[in-house]
Amino acid sequence: MQGTTLILVIGAMAIAAYYMGRSRSVALVGGPTQGTALHSLPGYYGYFTAIWCLLPALAVLLLWVLLEPRVIVALVVQGLPEAQRNLPPGELNLLVNNIQNLAAGDAVSGTVDASLQDAANRFNEYKVLSRKILTVLTLGLGGLGAAIAWRRIRPDFRARNRVEQIVLVALIAASSIAIFTTIGIVLSVLFEAIRFFQKVPATEFLFGLNWSPQTAIRADQVGSSGSFGAVPLFTGTLLITAIAMLVAVPVGLMTAIYLAEYSSRRVRGIAKPLLEVLAGIPTVVYGFFAALTVAPWVRRAGESMGLEVASESALAAGLVMGIMIIPLVSSLSDDAINAVPSAMRDGALGLGSTRSETMTRVILPAALPGIVGGILLAVSRAIGETMIVVMAAGLAANLTANPFEAVTTVTVQIVTLLVGDQEFDSAKTLAAFALGLVLFVVTLLLNVIGLNVVRKYREQYD
Amino acid sequence: MLSSIETRKRVEAGLARRHRRERLFKFSGMLATTVGVVFLGVFFLDLFAKGSSAFVQTHLRLDVEFSADVIAPGGELDIAYADFDGLVRSALRAEFPEVTGRGDRRELYRIVSSSAGYQMQDMIRQDAELLGARQAIWFPAASTVDMYIKGNIDATLDESLRPMSDQQIAWVESLRERGHLETHFNRALFSNGDSRDPELAGIKGALMGSFYMLIVTVVLAFPIGVAAAIYLEEFAPRSRWSDLIEVNINNLAAVPSIVFGLLGLAVFINWMGIPRSAPLVGGLVLSLLTLPVIIIASRAAIKAVPPSIREAALGLGASQMQVVFHHVLPLALPGMLTGTIIGMSRALGESAPLLMIGMVAFIVDVPGGFSDPATALPVQIYLWADSPERAFAERTSAAIIVLLGFLLLMNLAAVIIRKRMEKKW
Repeated sequence: MQGTTLILVIGAMAIAAYYMGRSRSVALVGGPTQGTALHSLPGYYGYFTAIWCLLPALAVLLLWVLLEPRVIVALVVQGLPEAQRNLPPGELNLLVNNIQNLAAGDAVSGTVDASLQDAANRFNEYKVLSRKILTVLTLGLGGLGAAIAWRRIRPDFRARNRVEQIVLVALIAASSIAIFTTIGIVLSVLFEAIRFFQKVPATEFLFGLNWSPQTAIRADQVGSSGSFGAVPLFTGTLLITAIAMLVAVPVGLMTAIYLAEYSSRRVRGIAKPLLEVLAGIPTVVYGFFAALTVAPWVRRAGESMGLEVASESALAAGLVMGIMIIPLVSSLSDDAINAVPSAMRDGALGLGSTRSETMTRVILPAALPGIVGGILLAVSRAIGETMIVVMAAGLAANLTANPFEAVTTVTVQIVTLLVGDQEFDSAKTLAAFALGLVLFVVTLLLNVIGLNVVRKYREQYD
Repeated sequence: MLSSIETRKRVEAGLARRHRRERLFKFSGMLATTVGVVFLGVFFLDLFAKGSSAFVQTHLRLDVEFSADVIAPGGELDIAYADFDGLVRSALRAEFPEVTGRGDRRELYRIVSSSAGYQMQDMIRQDAELLGARQAIWFPAASTVDMYIKGNIDATLDESLRPMSDQQIAWVESLRERGHLETHFNRALFSNGDSRDPELAGIKGALMGSFYMLIVTVVLAFPIGVAAAIYLEEFAPRSRWSDLIEVNINNLAAVPSIVFGLLGLAVFINWMGIPRSAPLVGGLVLSLLTLPVIIIASRAAIKAVPPSIREAALGLGASQMQVVFHHVLPLALPGMLTGTIIGMSRALGESAPLLMIGMVAFIVDVPGGFSDPATALPVQIYLWADSPERAFAERTSAAIIVLLGFLLLMNLAAVIIRKRMEKKW
């Protein structure tokens, strides 16, 4: 049976189980009029039966889907001739791929000999057999579970409590996914990064000044042994982030101040949603704009002033990234400014200070922690931003602080190292995970500090 | 002690300066606000100026003959191997009989799209009656001709500096004079997958890829997000564990999206063995990415339900679970839906994690399921933005307009749901 049909059949069984459980509970006490003799509402007996039908069947289905491909491949490999079974892992993988392609009727590389055809046939046989076993097993388990639950129904059976327990477990499981995601991120990045550091020492990675990840394909090749000093990437990231912050912080902060203190209600009503639109534009669109519109402008403007500007200058990427971050800075600053008690503002105004003096001498100092926390979050956003820099910043790992030159960033290198064919034992691919680890740790620190500062500050005036 | 008159003098002496500062401060605030708004205006103007022309495509009319000698040699239809390109070429030669040299002819053939032969092939496949008929058909012009008609190729430049020769321009102009050259709505943009030829490239494949991914995302992220929010708001005891979950969710919302791509690559593809480039993997990664957004919005929606409703239900003997599922959840649902739609619109615009899991491949076929190789609309934009042809820049802008249109629709839907269904207590 096909996967989707199987799921549909299991669903239908569960619905049937619901009605059987429900009607049994009603029948046990002698009809719907006697409902008060039951411990729970009749529907709960139905849910109980349905859950017992559904859960075991779905659990088996999930396990089967996860394990089936590996088991079948292992079985097919077991049946291969001795010589092929002892091939190195890479070649064995190729062979297995060939067998799978042949079995699916796709194009195969190399010649098809009898043993290959034989293996492909066995592959298909195992697949059919596995489907049959799966169908029988899931449907059988579903039926069995429903039957057991059905037999357990008594008038004093606490069906509601059982069902609610199961639901609670499901709710807890759903909320734990956030933790598993974090663990998953940490483990996946960490493992590959450790493998990288076994090939390249961590000190060279963190403090080396030369980044050229092209490793040699043949052992006798000249020149491209690969060097993994990531300092140029870090400085490049910092340069672009700094440019972005130079744009976003003053503009965002002044926008928040203007909209909170000076603007009329109508201007605020128009400007705020427009700035939110700025926050909703996908980053790939900003990247396109940076690469095709802003970069040529910057280049032309620079040349008219007699400056040498690279066509993928850090300035263009940083400017556009700054624009992207304006709404974030302005909304977080707005929160911080609004959280300052109005008594402080009224007091300052009452003493005769102008609005700007109230703002710069009283409100901003009081709101500073909140604003700084917001800026930290914005920095973390800028460091992790990918598409703008992939499209508008370069690939050349220059160690420079000149905004008119091309620099590269951590995220750009992760993308270039991982797009295309990958081999998971080369330092080149693993380097991407090491960079990912650095990125994750740095942004995590910034986020934790930023979120804490913002929260502490909010509590201060509550 | 200063006398009050003296104080007054001092204050008034500084007043002009202080007011000047005040005006300066206010002005810089106005300036800052304008920067964002002006950028938005420039951005949209630039986008529409570049992209609107991509919604039409230059077509040229040719009298082609579905010659029986070529398509059905020996009386038998041979659609797969017949030389349809040759038929198109002979129609072009008939249009310009004065072109005779081999090189000139080859140049002439280049003004029509390379898809013309396939178009004839499709027509005869659908209607065998056409065999032997002579018909005027509108074929898409080659992308250079399209660019010339749209004014993107400067005819006054030296011949070696532009992609069209003087001859080709003359032919195109003569076609235009005869009324055999028109711009039609660019259907290929919405009905084709990706292509190396700009005049054939479309976003349907990318749209379908995005669609399948969003389905996976919604199916996974909405129930899980709502369940997590219910647990954290209604059931979780104040413990280390629930604090940990809370901190985690807030942090995940701020983790760079590319890191989720690394997770998808390491866990879903390398460890679980789900095929690369499949919408299934993309959807899984995007649901992890949007989960925090949905959880945070759903919690806010649950918090907004007044406690009196819970207390009333509890007082009437409902269990905690019944209170939540019968009373709180229905009332919080509009807010949860709004949050989910916002999360989905973020997922639709996301591209960085998809680059990691192999959704940047050049894929011509329109995906038909959750495990077919696919790409997504923002990734298609990224791919086209990299192409050097002028015609692709135009199509990139058009694809961006479509993407922004979808985002606008989703956000409008969210606003409408919020306005219509949310109750004020």
